[in-house]
Amino acid sequence: MKVVVDMNKCQDHGQCVFAAPDVFRLDDSGHLAYVADPGEELRDEIEEAADVCPLQAIRIED
Amino acid sequence: MSAPVVVAGASMAGLRAAEQLRATGWTGPITLVGDEPHMPYNRPPLSKGVLAGHTPFESLAFRPRAAVTDVRWRLGTRVVAADLDRRIVELDNGEALPYGGLVVATGMRPRRLRCPGPAIGRHTVRTLADAQGLREALTRPGVRVVVVGAGFIGCEVAATAVTLGAAEVTVVDPLPLPMVGPLGELLATALLERHQRRGIRFALGTGVTGFHGSDHVTGVALSDGTALAADVVVESVGSLANTEWLDGNGLDLTDGVVTDDQLRVGGRPDVVAVGDVARFPNARYDGVPRRVEHWSIPTDTAKHAARVLAAHLRGAEAGLPPFAPLPTFWSDQHDFRLQSFGAPTLGKQDVRVLDGDPDGDVLVGYHTDGRLVGVVALGGPAATAAAARYRAELLQQPALTA
Ligand SMILES: Cc1cc2nc3c(=O)[nH]c(=O)nc-3n(C[C@H](O)[C@H](O)[C@H](O)COP(=O)(O)OP(=O)(O)OC[C@H]3O[C@@H](n4cnc5c(N)ncnc54)[C@H](O)[C@@H]3O)c2cc1C
Ligand code: SF4
Repeated sequence: MKVVVDMNKCQDHGQCVFAAPDVFRLDDSGHLAYVADPGEELRDEIEEAADVCPLQAIRIED
Repeated sequence: MSAPVVVAGASMAGLRAAEQLRATGWTGPITLVGDEPHMPYNRPPLSKGVLAGHTPFESLAFRPRAAVTDVRWRLGTRVVAADLDRRIVELDNGEALPYGGLVVATGMRPRRLRCPGPAIGRHTVRTLADAQGLREALTRPGVRVVVVGAGFIGCEVAATAVTLGAAEVTVVDPLPLPMVGPLGELLATALLERHQRRGIRFALGTGVTGFHGSDHVTGVALSDGTALAADVVVESVGSLANTEWLDGNGLDLTDGVVTDDQLRVGGRPDVVAVGDVARFPNARYDGVPRRVEHWSIPTDTAKHAARVLAAHLRGAEAGLPPFAPLPTFWSDQHDFRLQSFGAPTLGKQDVRVLDGDPDGDVLVGYHTDGRLVGVVALGGPAATAAAARYRAELLQQPALTA
């Protein structure tokens, strides 16, 4: 599975981090970092993260 | 074929309800009926990025999950009535649509001021069309803007108007401070100062009594006897629930649709409510039914309600614990953000600075009986991150006793 975050949209809300902490995190300066090719077992978490992103910046490409 | 699940209201909460019904394994037909002509879109940028012109209108559309490609969309169609005993909703084209399950997701509309004066030049911000119209008005050179109502949307629109180069921006509110209802005095004072430093004027402790001008607004008359010149007026004075179509079914519709602690409506297992329109008790707090107009609520309510409804449609009980979401909201104004977790309004009598100071990045805690019930951060990313660190603590706390 491929995860793409549109960094032009992302405003570092961090909601994705609560939903899928294995995939998304905020670095020390408060900016988003993420795993671009997570395992299939994380799909539910990632769909949830995509739902709760206020900017709708997260896209899952199968 | 069995009657579909009908979702009334095809915006965020309606879409999420459909997606969550599919996620529970419900494969039966689903029909979404929405009176706007558009597929569901994201509203928060309407008072921020989209209004400022950073974010194109086209980027607002939600990307529906693949699981809902087979649902039926009836857009540009309004539900005008419902007969819950007969399980039928009536559409504006006269069609009667039978349902097996009904999801109420019709949201809110802006409240309007009723005082006398011209209507042209007065705006609200709820829909794409509203934001497009307002953006056009705000980008004319030298405009003087009066924002009536210093809540979330009023403060955001005022900030955006200044960014767009409006000649004058004044916010009017009968309360003494902006956003004092959700934030309490300490943060509302800090917020006022930040807005003032960025060029916004405030007329607080005074209401609006009328509008000047013949066709188009030229000014706003205030209850303290003064007047403000205005080319553009934005009315952000709260919202009204879209529930008229449910009249006549014996429901409590005084402020949204009252639900039980499983989001069911009127004691009916086949009707649930989601999103802004739902007035639900939150088992995390005092159990008093409240509407919550925050972006996290459509998704949270949809998850719970879909499981409850799908279980009923399969002839079972979901057996879920009472609905108990952790509320969260954010608001972007100028170059700073407000970020909240929990229920600060329940702890406004005991407010403490947890970190930082009100002139810079600050994190504030709200307490009931000495216990933390909510946090709000004001400032940059560091403040928001500090608020997020309290989220886990708020999530773990046992319910408040009523
Ligand atoms: C300008 C703006 C900025 C916001 N900013 C923030 C923010 O920064 N942070 C935050 O937490 N929240 C914010 N919110 C709140 C958030 O957007 C809402 O909580 C969310 O949109 C609610 O979604 P909903 O689907 O419940 O309701 P709505 O989006 O109102 O959807 C209801 C839909 O039903 C339709 N409808 C109504 N009656 C009928 C009928 N009879 N028949 C058919 N269709 C009908 C409506 O036209 C609408 O499309 C903001 C809201 C606005 C308007
Ligand atoms: S939730 Fe969205 S905006 Fe926030 S950090 Fe994640 S991707 Fe960025």
